[in-house]
Amino acid sequence: MSIKTARRIRLTLSYLVLLSAIAIVVYPILWVIGSSFNPGNTLSSSTIIPKNATLAHYKELFAETDYLIWYWNTLKICFITMVLSVIFIGLTAYAFSRYKFIGRKNGLLLFLILQMIPQFVAILAIYILAYQVGLLDTHFALILVYVGGLIPMNTYLAKNYYDTIPKELDESARIDGAGHFRIFWQIILPLSKPILAVIALFSFISPFADFILASILISSDEKMTLAVGLFNMIKNEFGNSFTLFAAGSVLVAIPIGLLFLSLQRYFISGLTAGGTKG
Amino acid sequence: MTHRKTAALLSIIPGMGQFYNKQFVKGFAFLFLAICYFIAFLDFLNIGLWGIVTLGTEVPRDHSIFLLVNGVISILVVGIGLGFYYFNIYDAFQNGKKRDNGVKLNTLKEQYHNVVDKGFPYLMVGPGFLLLIFVVIFPIIFMLLLAFTNYNLYNSPPAKLVDWVGFKNFIEIFSLDIWRETFISVFAWTIIWTFTATTLQVSVGIFLAVVLNQKEIKFKGIIRTLLILPWAVPAFVSILIFSGLFNDTFGAINQSILAPLGIDSIPWMTDPFYTKVALIFIQSWLGFPFIMAMTTGVLQSIPGELYEAATVDGASNWDKFRKITLPMVLFTTAPILITQYTFNFNNFNVIYLFNNGGPAVADQNAGGTDILISWIYNLTMTSAQYSKAAAVTVLLSLIIVSLALWQFRKTKSFKDEGMI
Repeated sequence: MSIKTARRIRLTLSYLVLLSAIAIVVYPILWVIGSSFNPGNTLSSSTIIPKNATLAHYKELFAETDYLIWYWNTLKICFITMVLSVIFIGLTAYAFSRYKFIGRKNGLLLFLILQMIPQFVAILAIYILAYQVGLLDTHFALILVYVGGLIPMNTYLAKNYYDTIPKELDESARIDGAGHFRIFWQIILPLSKPILAVIALFSFISPFADFILASILISSDEKMTLAVGLFNMIKNEFGNSFTLFAAGSVLVAIPIGLLFLSLQRYFISGLTAGGTKG
Repeated sequence: MTHRKTAALLSIIPGMGQFYNKQFVKGFAFLFLAICYFIAFLDFLNIGLWGIVTLGTEVPRDHSIFLLVNGVISILVVGIGLGFYYFNIYDAFQNGKKRDNGVKLNTLKEQYHNVVDKGFPYLMVGPGFLLLIFVVIFPIIFMLLLAFTNYNLYNSPPAKLVDWVGFKNFIEIFSLDIWRETFISVFAWTIIWTFTATTLQVSVGIFLAVVLNQKEIKFKGIIRTLLILPWAVPAFVSILIFSGLFNDTFGAINQSILAPLGIDSIPWMTDPFYTKVALIFIQSWLGFPFIMAMTTGVLQSIPGELYEAATVDGASNWDKFRKITLPMVLFTTAPILITQYTFNFNNFNVIYLFNNGGPAVADQNAGGTDILISWIYNLTMTSAQYSKAAAVTVLLSLIIVSLALWQFRKTKSFKDEGMI
């Protein structure tokens, strides 16, 4: 067997592997897109290429369900969570990175442990606490819980990044008479934009993807998030509104997918930074 | 008696030590804070501490669970109070010491600057930490305590009182047959699930990255974008779509793929074994793109000379993969791979959204594919076995914390090697 044939075989096999991977990856996505245009309601009538394509399910989604409200709720919650998280995390990480204070080391260790314990193991406690302070079934409670849950891991991310900014910069600024906050605001903050962007992305996406906390804290229909709403759509009615669900998921997947694809290199850099330096 | 001892002793009443040191403003501030603390919290602390000890004595006046919540908050408030109290004595002692040594004390202005200077990091950490205490730390302490009570469906407020029962829940998990068997089978599946699903997603990711990054492959950009799609689509959407695809009777996997091949319908949702197979497949589908994207980054950073040198030495492609590519990839990504394992250990979404942890299995009170975390959820939300769920949570947290500490030491040693 000559080198050329060996190479040809290797390439053919490679393309075959890649093609089958693409097929497996794309099939469920195409199937759900197809289903959303199918005339029937149920799972059994779902096919990848609809026979009499119809937009009926999309119309029904807007007209007869709270889908748009869920969408708005989700975006609102994600956005506020993002803003608050970036503020809290940016400040906390700055203190951990630049100052020696009592409790610093234990604080870091605590954060390390807390980021490993998923927040929702304590759902019952969170529920009871929310009930007692009268915040059950409010977006406010949900946002607070999300922000709190994001703090430990992302503080680590930001702290590691701040650590790479030379301390000499702060010192020379201090000599020039800059105060603590001014050093943070005018020197550290502009230099750490990349990591803050990554944290903003994470804090936007994780509430978006959360199902469990939202399903427990929120009970009224008009306050639900997309994850809970879509889950109920598919589970409550035994698959009888599957095509409706399909339309709903297509409208979630496309914008979020595009947003993600355009920003994916930040995700990779963020996750890599968190892992290698943790 | 030295100044330091007198000042510290006087500080038993907050502020007095500072007065003795002639730092009147500071002393007044301490005294004022202490008085405010007692006025604001005395009643609350009294009831809270009484409540957490007794968990209530009278029905329906006392609601044990609310008493427990208030009790935990009281303990946190007491902790903060003690911190301040300690600081008050410490401050009086230090300043007394300065006087003993004949050092001049800070003037008011200097004190102010000192507070601003030293206090700045606390000011920065403060808001985030306060939030963390209430939404993360408090719930964990609450669950920890709940594990030592008898709170469940038949024994719940407001109709009944909850009591402290010591280690009874833990003992029962290991001594009652149904609990022990469930715990062992759930735990075993959690471990198997973590290892197979994660290892598979990691291997597929690395494999596809290597295949895709051969220099002869064309359309790299398009192929990569297509393969990254499972990561781009929100996971809960994909999992719910899969639960439709795998449906026993109507799902497209049985209807459109297996049936034309002449394979009988496979009970994906009703047979625990097939549900497990499906779950591992789904998790690989969801998880490989991230590993692939990350590996691609590593591959592009491996210097080409390494491979050229290997070719000159007569190494085959397989040799190059085994001796250069794989070690480089595994070494640089090891910490992230570890987080992938811990992520799947707690991967609630895929287990719960796909089939609610089901199908149901005889002789145990967990579903056939429940992992620890989803079992806890079901114990709490469906069967109202609150204290048992809390006990399992404690066990789960112990496992995770020891893993976390182990990983922490690992990454430390990684850092010291200077390779990363």
